[in-house]
Amino acid sequence: MDDLRDMVRHSRGGFTLSRLRRAVLLGFKSLWLHRLRSLLTVLGIVFGVCSVIAMLAVGEGASFEAQEQIRRLGSNNIIIRSKRPTGTKNLGSQQSFVLPYGITYADVDRIKGSIPGVRVVVPGRIIKTNIWHLDKRVDGEVVGSVYWYPRMRNLKLLKGRFFSQLESLQKANVCVLDEKTAGKLFPITSPVGNSVRVGSDYYRVVGVIEAESRQAGRNNAGTKHKGESKGSASVATARAYIPLSAAKDRFGEVLVKRNSGSIEATRVELHEAVVEVKNKAEVEETARIVDEILARNHKKRDYEIVVPLAELRAAKKMAQVFNLVLGSIAAISLIVGGIGIMNIMLASVTERTREIGIRRALGARRRDIIMQFLVETVILSGIGGLIGVALGIVIPYIITAFAGMITIITPWSPLMAFGISGLVGVIFGIYPAIRAANMDPVEALRHE
Amino acid sequence: MSRAPIVSLEKVTKTYHMGQNVLNALDGVSLTFQEGEYVSIMGPSGCGKSTMLNVLGCLDRPTAGRYVLGGQDVSAFDDDALSGIRGKRLGFIFQSYNLIQQLTVVENIEVPLYYQGVPAHESREAAAALADRVGLGNRLDHKPFELSGGQQQRVGIARALVNDPLIILADEPTGNLDSRSGAEILALLDELHGQGKTIIMVTHDNEIGERSMRVVRLRDGRVEADITHG
Ligand SMILES: Nc1ncnc2c1ncn2[C@@H]1O[C@H](COP(=O)(O)OP(=O)(O)OP(=O)(O)O)[C@@H](O)[C@H]1O
Ligand SMILES: [Mg+2]
Repeated sequence: MDDLRDMVRHSRGGFTLSRLRRAVLLGFKSLWLHRLRSLLTVLGIVFGVCSVIAMLAVGEGASFEAQEQIRRLGSNNIIIRSKRPTGTKNLGSQQSFVLPYGITYADVDRIKGSIPGVRVVVPGRIIKTNIWHLDKRVDGEVVGSVYWYPRMRNLKLLKGRFFSQLESLQKANVCVLDEKTAGKLFPITSPVGNSVRVGSDYYRVVGVIEAESRQAGRNNAGTKHKGESKGSASVATARAYIPLSAAKDRFGEVLVKRNSGSIEATRVELHEAVVEVKNKAEVEETARIVDEILARNHKKRDYEIVVPLAELRAAKKMAQVFNLVLGSIAAISLIVGGIGIMNIMLASVTERTREIGIRRALGARRRDIIMQFLVETVILSGIGGLIGVALGIVIPYIITAFAGMITIITPWSPLMAFGISGLVGVIFGIYPAIRAANMDPVEALRHE
Repeated sequence: MSRAPIVSLEKVTKTYHMGQNVLNALDGVSLTFQEGEYVSIMGPSGCGKSTMLNVLGCLDRPTAGRYVLGGQDVSAFDDDALSGIRGKRLGFIFQSYNLIQQLTVVENIEVPLYYQGVPAHESREAAAALADRVGLGNRLDHKPFELSGGQQQRVGIARALVNDPLIILADEPTGNLDSRSGAEILALLDELHGQGKTIIMVTHDNEIGERSMRVVRLRDGRVEADITHG
C-alpha cells in the first residue's frame, strides 16, 4: 500500500481531461437525481435561446422583405406620383367643378430637358376601375404605361410578353395582367390569348407579369407579411397594363367618381413618372432637383417624390433598430433564464450542504467544489441552449408556414445564442458555486 | 513503545465566541500519538471530543497552539493545503456514515482518490478491493439507502482506508448502530489496528474504550486523564 500512497501524492494536481469527463458525468448524475427540477430550470434557457433566434429570424426576414420590395422599385429610380392636394376635398361638392392636379406631360418634358444625368422618364397613368373576364371581376387598376416598363421596374414576365413599341404607337387594345389579376380572372385557363373587359373596351391579354410592390413611400416599409393576405395594407392592387397611348384615348383625363350622392371630378394627366438616374451616387441630388423643378410649377403640393434608395437606407437603419430591440428583449429572457438557474443552484447548494462537507473532508479543495457546481450549471444551460437552438430553428419555419412571414436565420444567430447561454450558465453559476466552496467544512458536515 | 510520534498537539486551544460569552472548547490540550496506536477519546457530552477530532482532522484550525502531523506543522496551512492533507493523510469515519446518497458503494469509496487525481480505472480497482475487504464485494453498485446501517458504516470504513491514510479518525463510529453491527464495526477496527493502522476514535461507551490500548479523557476542553493499558 506504500506505493499507492506515493502514487497518490504525485498524481494530484493538473485538471486532466479524464477528470473533467468524470466531473461532467457526476454533474449529469446529480442533475438526473432531480430530473423535474433540472427540466424546469432548463426551460428558462430554452425559451431564452429560442426566442433570441426566432426573434432575430423574424426581424431579419422583415427587413429583408422591406428591402427587397424597395429594391424592386429600382435603386436608380426616382418615382414621382400625383397626389390629391390636401384641403381640396370639399370643393368636390360643387357639381361642375373639375379638380385638376398632379404631374403633367409638361413636367416630364421639363425634367428631361433640364437634368442631363436622367436616362429615361417613364410616364404612367393609373385608372382605378373594374377589370372583367366573362362574369369574373377584379377591383383594380388599369395602368397606362410604356413598353419598357418591366425592365425599368425590375418586374419579371411570368407568361407571354409585354406589349411592344408598335402596339404602343398603334394604341392597340392589348394588355398585360399582373399575376394577381390573372389568377383571379383566369383561375383555370391561361389568360394569354384571352381578353378582358374594362368599361366597354376589350383588351387582348398578351402576357402575365409579376405583381408590383406598392409599399415604398406608403410609410409601411416594415410590414412583413408575405403573400396576399386580403385586406392588409401591404397588398398590391390588382393591375392590368395597357399602352399609355391607349389609356389616354380610352379614359381621357377627367375621372368622375360618384361618392355617396356627390359627384367628384378630377383631372390627372399622369399618375406616375419614373426618373432613372445613371449614377447611383446622384440619385438623391437629382431627386432634390426634380422636386425643385416641380415645385416651381405646382403651387400646391399635388405630387410626391419617392426615392427607393433613400428608403432602402432608412429601411436598413430601421431593421437595425428593430433587431436591436428584439435582441434585447430576447437577451432579457435569457437573463431571466439565468436567474432561474442561479435560484435553483442556490437551493441545490443549500440542500447539498452535507455532501459538500463530506467532499471537503475527503480532500476536495474549494476549486473542486466550484468546478462541480459550475459544471452542473453549464450542463443545464448547455442542454437548454441546444434545445433552444433546435426550437429556435424550427419555430421560424412554423411562423413562415402559418403567419406567412418571411423569416431568415442567419448562421451566426444560433451560434451567438448558444454561446450566450453558456456564458449565462457560467455567470449565474459562479455565485452559487463560490458559496458552496466557501462553506465551513465542519458546519457543512453538521448540517442536517 | 518508543515509536516516533506522528501526531502532536501542543497547547492547542479552540475558542468559540457566542455573543459576550467566550467558550474554550479546547483549552490548552497537549497530546502526542504514536504510529500504530489505537486511542479512544472519552468524556462527557460537550467536553470537546468532536472539536479535538476536527482539529486533528484538519477540518478546523486551532485558535492557538501548534498541531504537528507527520512532522509538518499544519496549524498555519492554508485551505488548499489542508484539503490536500485531508485527502492524502487522513481517513474519516463518521457517526452518521456520511455517504453521498447519489453515489454507489464503489463510487463512495472512490471519492478521496478522485480528488487525488487517481485515474478512474485504478481508483475503481482499489475501491472494489476495499469493498471486498469490508465484506461488501457483492454490493458494489448498491446505493447507500439500500444498505443497513452496519453495511453503510463498513462502506465508510472502506472509504477511510482507500487513500492509505496516516491516521484514521472516527467520531462515535458505532453511535448509530445496534450492538451486533457495532461489534462488527469494532472488530473491523481491531483488525485494522492489528495491521498497524493508527486509529483515533471518539466514544461514549466505556466498554468500547476499554478495548483500545489508550484512553484519553477530556473534561471542559482539558485532558483529565491519559491512560495507556498494558
Ligand atoms: N461552532 C460552534 N460554535 C459555538 N460553540 C461550539 C461550536 N462547536 C462546538 N461548540 C461548543 O464546544 C463545546 C465542545 O463541543 P464538542 O462538539 O466538541 O463536544 P463533544 O465532546 O463532541 O460532545 P458530544 O459527546 O455531545 O458529541 C460544546 O460546549 C459546544 O457547545
Ligand atoms: Mg461530538
